[in-house]
Amino acid sequence: MNRIANTSITRRHFVIASASAAGGLAISVAFPGLADAASIGMQAWGPETAPNEINAFLAIDPDGSILIRSPHQEMGQGAITALPMIVAEELECDWSKVKVEYASPARNLREKNVYGEMTTVGSRGVRTSWQMLLQAGASARERLIAAAAHRWNVPPSECEAANSRVTHKATGRSLDYGALAADAAKINLDKEPAIRTPDQFKLIGKRVARLDTPLKINGSAKFAIDTQVPGMVYAAVAACPVFGGKLKSVDETPAKGRRGVLQVVKLDNAVVVVADRFWRAKEALALLKPEWDVGEAGNTDSAQFAKLYRDTLDGAMVNARNDGNVDDAFGKGGKIVEAVYEAPHLAHATMEPLNATVHLQADKLEVWLGSQTPMGTIRQAAAASGLKPEQIVIHNCFLGGGFGRRSINDEMRQAILVAKDVGKPVKLVWTREEDMTHDRYRPQAAVRMKAALGADGMPTAFDARIAVGSILRSTGINKVESGIEAQAVEGFANIPYAIPSVRVGCMLKNTHVPVMFWRSVGSSQNAFFVESYIDELAQAAGQDPYKFRRALLAGKSDFLGVLDTIAVKSDWGKPLGQGRGRGIAIHECYGSIIGQVAEVTVSQKGEVKVDRVVAAVDCGHVVNPGIVEAQIQSGVIYGLSAALYGEITIKQGRVEQANFDEYQVVRLADTPKIEVYLALSGGKKWGGIGEPGTAATAPAVANAVFAATGTRVRSMPLKNIKLPGPV
Amino acid sequence: MIALTVNGKAYSLDVESETPLLWVIRDELGMTGTKFGCGIAQCGACTVHVDGEAVRSCSIQIGDVANKNITTIEGLSPDAKHPVQQAWLAEDVPQCGYCQSGQIMAAVAFLKEHPKPTDADIDANLTNICRCGTYVRIRSAIHRAAALMKT
Repeated sequence: MNRIANTSITRRHFVIASASAAGGLAISVAFPGLADAASIGMQAWGPETAPNEINAFLAIDPDGSILIRSPHQEMGQGAITALPMIVAEELECDWSKVKVEYASPARNLREKNVYGEMTTVGSRGVRTSWQMLLQAGASARERLIAAAAHRWNVPPSECEAANSRVTHKATGRSLDYGALAADAAKINLDKEPAIRTPDQFKLIGKRVARLDTPLKINGSAKFAIDTQVPGMVYAAVAACPVFGGKLKSVDETPAKGRRGVLQVVKLDNAVVVVADRFWRAKEALALLKPEWDVGEAGNTDSAQFAKLYRDTLDGAMVNARNDGNVDDAFGKGGKIVEAVYEAPHLAHATMEPLNATVHLQADKLEVWLGSQTPMGTIRQAAAASGLKPEQIVIHNCFLGGGFGRRSINDEMRQAILVAKDVGKPVKLVWTREEDMTHDRYRPQAAVRMKAALGADGMPTAFDARIAVGSILRSTGINKVESGIEAQAVEGFANIPYAIPSVRVGCMLKNTHVPVMFWRSVGSSQNAFFVESYIDELAQAAGQDPYKFRRALLAGKSDFLGVLDTIAVKSDWGKPLGQGRGRGIAIHECYGSIIGQVAEVTVSQKGEVKVDRVVAAVDCGHVVNPGIVEAQIQSGVIYGLSAALYGEITIKQGRVEQANFDEYQVVRLADTPKIEVYLALSGGKKWGGIGEPGTAATAPAVANAVFAATGTRVRSMPLKNIKLPGPV
Repeated sequence: MIALTVNGKAYSLDVESETPLLWVIRDELGMTGTKFGCGIAQCGACTVHVDGEAVRSCSIQIGDVANKNITTIEGLSPDAKHPVQQAWLAEDVPQCGYCQSGQIMAAVAFLKEHPKPTDADIDANLTNICRCGTYVRIRSAIHRAAALMKT
């Protein structure tokens, strides 16, 4: 059984929709045209321009069909449904006549970011673009009204727009948008209309069906790997298994003469076999025995890295925050609680392995791929090809998962280099093994936390020391000369609890293992650290973990709204019986507050089964509750895979896990019941929804394991923790 | 030459007999609804039906399915009206969607064996991976499909 709260923007006004046994939701929808869905084509990308544009986001054809362009990509998080809904909110159009495409990165380059950053990272879709999209819709609507008013020779104020028609109220005359669009496009408004306030929303907040579902139940949605270009050849690649290593030599003989094999291409750090079919390329590649120059990194392993990060905790740190006087507070005595926590590297493991198809010509490069950052993709493509950015055409496809991995396009760079050699369109596909062993991973980390508890059991001082890999240095985005990056300290630097003295120190340490953004980024490990440790403090203070947090969050109504919701809905405090336990966690990231209560059962053998997760989120406002619900479910499962199983280890400098048999992830059998509630604070908050769900799961589960067994889990994943069985 | 029938159409193909069925479907026949996910029968993104039975096509050789009837997601129904597809639509199951062809093909075969499944039946028999974590809605959709197929 699965529930979701209604989307009333009234502060924490919960209306729980009735749910059928099959999970159907009884939230009725009353918006013109919603019975017939809008649509998107099999190919998500469209041409740069359309004949009947009113602005860069919108075109309306004479037959009344409406094109809305999405500035963000679809990777499962619902952007191509939610973002057009925001435009349509103001446009007052017939939703069934809407067709959606991605906005063109090339046009964005030419027209100086008319679509904004276009990055689909950091849970940014709605929260960075909502105002721009409301404005685009409102602006088009007012132009359509002005065009009709001009035609009837009446003041625009006497006209109104609804359901794709403009009507003159006094006379009842009306015209379809299709008949007005050409005129509207030529109209300049004296001033842009003000955008709606949330209390005026009609479409935003409705559970509208996703536009991409029809394409994803019959196999027609086009992912990058489905690209077919005339004359295309296939490439299989094996990069040096030790990051940073180089190709010394390779004997091409075993691949030569095999059916379909066209060429062996040597890159600086990889061997590539090009063939007329992917499978032939892959099979021939497997026969090659490249020699690599792996350097010193070839002697490293995960145990050394764990020691590096733990040792770093004893060295110098750069403070991200230093409030009050932590040293003084510790000097005053009281109960001191100290603990070291650790988190491993993690792979993204998107379902669609990385791949790119490129067609390189003398003065033009076309690329088909899945990219979370198309503007960055243009820059990377220009650098790899030697062409100018304006000569690059990116056909962004539906992304077969992103989770951060598709924000740097290593696969495209390889494909371009291969295309230079073979002179034909190239589709380069990473096998799962290549994808898992050449990811850019969630950073490894160790943290020492120390707190002093006052006579009342409440913390007087909190001192955190963080040792973690720098994402910005590893990706080359920034040298981080300050020694602090937001990703490393998020969740710590903004710890929400009322503690008089707080110090957060950080030391960034990188190894040869590339690290990058992994769904919820720093919060993915820091929420585990902070929220598990807060549980330890509650335990040390002899207090209930929910009530302890409640006291430390006094006055923060948005946090308390989330916390109280999950406590009530999870029956917090009601005994669960032998071998079972509940754990609670709350965390703010990407502009939203997420809270979760996990219920677990620990078997006599010490095996953990998560039975139920109750989640509540405050993302301020909701565009589409069905998508919000799905994203929280999704985040919980992604976080649960990490909590139960997730671990990338290094041996002799190389990743030990190569496929899903060695990098286990949650399947149906591990899936708990998940309940999602909205605890919206409204106001100016427009929080993200793609990532927060992931952050709170590991600590909620770990705290539940403590409740069930008395064993405190200070490192992930749980599969490595010897649990005694029920207490 | 290897003969096989895919979605009711007969083909005769000049391919190595050890070619995985997945790559024949995708690269020889150009039907891209069936996905490559792992290559070792772990994830199920490549699930198709061979004579009605769910098979992970990345790990079965074309030579072993000669003269058999293959059904891919493209051939499941002409209009996406199969009860499982309709249930998937009603529950808005897919997120990124990459694994969903395989999930649907696995569910169709499962429901033939378990027309009235419990959650425990679903958990025990359906092992396809979805990294977006659509599992909660997959469960709901399977129950919905079972109800649709009964009526």
